[in-house]
Amino acid sequence: MPEWLGIPLRRPVFLYPVIVLLSLAVSGCASRPVMQDGIRIDDPYEVSNRRVHAFNKALDARVIGPVARLAKGSDEGAADAGSPGPLDLVINMGSNLSLPGKVANSLLQGRPEPAAKNFFRFAVNSTLGIAGLFDPAGRDFGLPEADTDFGETLAVWGVPEGAYVELPVLGPSTQRDAVGKLVDAVIDPLRQLLGTDRQRVLALGLRVGSKAGDRARFGDTVDSVLRDSADSYAQTRLIYLMHRRHDLGEDGDEIDPYDETGSGPDPIDPYAE
Amino acid sequence: MLLRASPAHALDSEQARALIDKALGEVYSVINSGQPPAQMYRQFEAIFARYADVDIIARSALGPTARQLGGQQFAAYKQAFQGYIGRKYGKRFRDFVGARVQVGGARPLKSFFAVTSTAYLNGRAPMEVEWHVSDKSGRNLFFNIIIEGVNMLASERAEMAAMLSRRRGDVAALTADLQRAG
Repeated sequence: MPEWLGIPLRRPVFLYPVIVLLSLAVSGCASRPVMQDGIRIDDPYEVSNRRVHAFNKALDARVIGPVARLAKGSDEGAADAGSPGPLDLVINMGSNLSLPGKVANSLLQGRPEPAAKNFFRFAVNSTLGIAGLFDPAGRDFGLPEADTDFGETLAVWGVPEGAYVELPVLGPSTQRDAVGKLVDAVIDPLRQLLGTDRQRVLALGLRVGSKAGDRARFGDTVDSVLRDSADSYAQTRLIYLMHRRHDLGEDGDEIDPYDETGSGPDPIDPYAE
Repeated sequence: MLLRASPAHALDSEQARALIDKALGEVYSVINSGQPPAQMYRQFEAIFARYADVDIIARSALGPTARQLGGQQFAAYKQAFQGYIGRKYGKRFRDFVGARVQVGGARPLKSFFAVTSTAYLNGRAPMEVEWHVSDKSGRNLFFNIIIEGVNMLASERAEMAAMLSRRRGDVAALTADLQRAG
C-alpha cells in the first residue's frame, strides 16, 4: 500500500468524492435513514466513510494537529502582549476573503439583510482593517460575520440533505453540503475581484490558512472528539449532523414538538421512556 | 409579594430560568477561580450533581441496558458517569475563561421547560446553549444541554453505546473505563 508520512493511502480515499457526486444522481434508492438516539442518520456509505475517517484521523494526528498546535503556541506569546497574534491575523484575512461568496449566497437565498451586513463588513475590514488583517467591523461597527454557504442555499431551495459523507481532508459533510462546497469554489465572486493568478493563489493560501487557524483555535475540542471518543466516527457524524441542522434551522420541531411527521427529531424526553 | 395560584412544587418558567441562572453562576465562579484543573473538575462534578438529574441522564445515556442492572451496579455506573461528565465538560469549560453568559427566556416544551442562554466568548461568534429542565424527579433539575444544536444526551448515548460494545456489554468494565475517561 502506498504511504505518505506513515499514513496509508488507499486509492478509494481520493476517488471517494467522485463516487459521492455520481451517487447523487441515483440517491433516493439508497437504504432508509434510521433514527438513532433521537437523531436521523442516513449513512448508506458507512463502510467507505469509515475508511475515509481513519485516513482523516491519521492525517490530523500526524500533520494537521501538530502544525495547528505549533501555530497556536507561537500565537499565545503574542496574545499575552495584548495584540492579535499571527494566527488571528491569518484567520481574519482568510475569513474576510470568504465574504463575497457569502454575500452571493445570501442573495441567492433571498436574504438581503445578511447579504448587506457581510457586504459592509467586507468593505470596512478590507479598508480600515487593512486588507482584512484586523476586524474593526466586528469590534466597532457591530457587524459580525453572518456565516453561510451554497449548502445552505441548496437547503433554502428545498434540496434534501442526502446521505452523510466524510470527505478526505475536508471532513464530515452531507451529499448536499459536498455539492455546496464544490459550487462555492466554482462561483466564488472573489475570482472576479482578483486580477491576476498570483493574487488568486495567495487568496487560496490565506483561505486554507484561515481554516487551519480555526482548527488550532478549536483544537482541544477536535482532539477530544477524535482521540477520546470510543467511536470517533459515530461521534463526529452525530455532532456534525446536529450542529449543521441547527445552523440551517432544520433541527427539532420545537415550535410544534407534538408534530411527529416533522423531518427533525423531537426533543429527547428521558422521563417518557 | 403576589403569587399566582399554582399547584405546590409545579415547575414554572421563572423557576426553570432561576435554576439555570444559579447553576451557571456557580460554574463561572469555578472557571474564574484559577484553581488547578483536577480540583475544578471535582467542583464541576459537584455542581452537576446538585443541579442536574444525574439519575435520569445516566440511565438514558446507557439505554435499555440500564433496566437490566441491579441497584448497586447502577449506582456504581452512575457515580463513575458523574465523574466522567465533570471531567469531560470541565475540560471544555476552560475555553470559557473571561466569557460572559446571558440567560435568556424559558418556555414550556413537551412536559418540561427549555431555558435559552448565550455565551459571549472572546473573539468568537456568540454561542447558543439551551437547557432542558424538569420537575419529574421530584425536584427542579436539568436533564439535557444543547450547545449550538449539539445535544448532550444524544452524544452520551452514542458514546456509552460505543464504550459498552467495546466491552462486549460488560457494564462493570464500562464503569471501570468511565472512572478514567473524560
